[in-house]
Amino acid sequence: MSLTDLEAEASVPPASEEPDGRKIEGRSPWQLAWARLRQDKAAMTAIVVIVLLIVMALIAPLIAKWVGYAPDFGDRKLGQTADGLPVGPNGHHPLGTDRLGRDILVRAVYGARISLLVGLVSTLLAVIFGVIIGSAAGYYGGAIDTILARFMDVTLSFPYLLFAIALAAAFGASTPLTIFVITFFSFASIGRIVRGQVLQIKEREFIEAARSLGAGSVRTMFIDVIPNLIAPVTVLGSMTIPTAIIFESTLSFLGAGIDPRTPSWGNMLSDATETYTVAWWTLFIPALFLLITTLAFNILGDAVRDALDPRAERLFAAQKANRKKKRK
Amino acid sequence: MSQDADVLVEIDDVYKHFPIRQGIIFKREVARVHAVDGVSLRIRRGETIGIVGESGCGKSTLARCITGLHPITKGRIVFDGQDISQLRGRQLKPFRRDVQMIFQDPYGSLNPRRRVGAIIGDPFDIHGIASGADRKKRVQELMELVGLNPEHYNRFPAEFSGGQRQRIGIARALALKPKLIVCDEPVSALDVSIQAQVINLLKDLQEELGLTYVFIAHDLSVVRYVSDRVAVMYLGKIAEYAEGEDLYEKPRHPYTNALLSAASIADPDAAERRERIVLTGDVPSPIRPPSGCRFHPRCPKAQPNCVELVPELTARDGDTADHVTACHYPVDPAENLATEEAAIEQLSTEPTLPSA
Repeated sequence: MSLTDLEAEASVPPASEEPDGRKIEGRSPWQLAWARLRQDKAAMTAIVVIVLLIVMALIAPLIAKWVGYAPDFGDRKLGQTADGLPVGPNGHHPLGTDRLGRDILVRAVYGARISLLVGLVSTLLAVIFGVIIGSAAGYYGGAIDTILARFMDVTLSFPYLLFAIALAAAFGASTPLTIFVITFFSFASIGRIVRGQVLQIKEREFIEAARSLGAGSVRTMFIDVIPNLIAPVTVLGSMTIPTAIIFESTLSFLGAGIDPRTPSWGNMLSDATETYTVAWWTLFIPALFLLITTLAFNILGDAVRDALDPRAERLFAAQKANRKKKRK
Repeated sequence: MSQDADVLVEIDDVYKHFPIRQGIIFKREVARVHAVDGVSLRIRRGETIGIVGESGCGKSTLARCITGLHPITKGRIVFDGQDISQLRGRQLKPFRRDVQMIFQDPYGSLNPRRRVGAIIGDPFDIHGIASGADRKKRVQELMELVGLNPEHYNRFPAEFSGGQRQRIGIARALALKPKLIVCDEPVSALDVSIQAQVINLLKDLQEELGLTYVFIAHDLSVVRYVSDRVAVMYLGKIAEYAEGEDLYEKPRHPYTNALLSAASIADPDAAERRERIVLTGDVPSPIRPPSGCRFHPRCPKAQPNCVELVPELTARDGDTADHVTACHYPVDPAENLATEEAAIEQLSTEPTLPSA
């Protein structure tokens, strides 16, 4: 290497580099949030658990094949005792059977499909409707706001279980109906918060700045209002998923949700009410799955909220610093 | 109607009232806030008009009326020969190119979710002037013009300091090469050292680009430094309007005197020598402004006359025609206001909401 080459290398680094050669990048709020989320061990564990649950739901037929029983196959020979009672965990049925001799593990794995599907789809729908209705109410105000906000209040004051049982009696319990009921009773709480957020954003100066530049209301809505809603809506959404899953189980447990023949955690719990005194696993296994799933989603929701709120991080850092000081 | 080609903006007896409505479904108007109440001003090309006054005196509302952000209740605003006060929505779009605004809060006036390049490039997008590489080039030129590093094009507002953010706001306002820039307290949210930088930037840009400014502030020394002429506002009306130095050297309105005596002086000896005029009470509520001269409940020189007659904004004895004051009893330069006693009974002026 010649001297001129060395000199060229030693020249002043461009402004986008720190003196030690690290590159300075403009990081988006999402990249920062993800970086914060990755620091959170509980959140990462929750993500791993959720991914495992999803994988489990996807490969449910393979698991059924491996165990050797279909989810709705009642095994009279090996799955029931001579008195017709469920059998406990054994070599044939790893987690035991229920009162009809059906394999608990296979049913729980298939139940994950329903629970996750209903939980995610109805949350997605609730978020979409909540954002549309809430932001329309907040952005346009006036009569539109009065009508939409009152409508949301009415939905929130409805006795939802009675409503769900009445619908199930009228149309028969089914998965689409369950999704409809959950969406209908979840969107309003999202919509109300979105409306409040939009009212707040509308008063910010950058909205006025956009107007003074000549931007129309549709452009302002999509460029300036909605992007500022994504963070609160992400948090709300991730908090709504576990609620929706529990909601589905409650409805199924009462016979007002998923078709009772379909394996779902709520249906399994409902079946277990007859047998749990003699066969604890019929109650314990679906309840455990339900617990793990909702816990994982709740922890993730909390962590997402912390990650998207930079102030929480500062508090967190201050706590850490305090702890270090004390140790010294 | 002025045919004077030198006048860029003519504000003619402008009123802006905000209705206060009550009721759950059928809202009825119970009162109105008289934010701007009959203001007339002429702004000449290339000059800077300072507007000063306490919080809530209608400075910012006036600014938003000039930029067309608030439709005015009554009166006329003529911009460059065109009456803009009757234009609505889309009709205002061509006018928006010529009038831009710099906002007070550099933290609130930039969308935190957008990159700086997108924010400064917005005006090009909205008016369909430039896109793609051309837009990027223009944005970087603007960034350089206001003293930002063009390489920071892809950063977010949160990565800049308050002063830099205000420069971003200035770059955005300059993008469309406007004729008039309304600065609504552009430096009051900044540190004093940064204030000077931003003000000097604004002055340099004015020289370079031939801009006209309306400069709103409550800091008298800042306004003195930048303005050719200064208007003092009180409760939606102009109390005094004069050439900058003239106003500071020879204030005629008692309110101007009080404001100037409240401003801080850098020299501690001078500060000790002067006598402060302490006003009693608060600014009265703009919902029910006082009768006659709006300043009479707090004025140390108030006479029974002031309660009944609204003073006109005219040149008083011994002033140039450019120095107009709305006061029945203007202050003499030799007079000591701190020792004066009002000739009327002055009740408390704490603002109250009207009882429904």
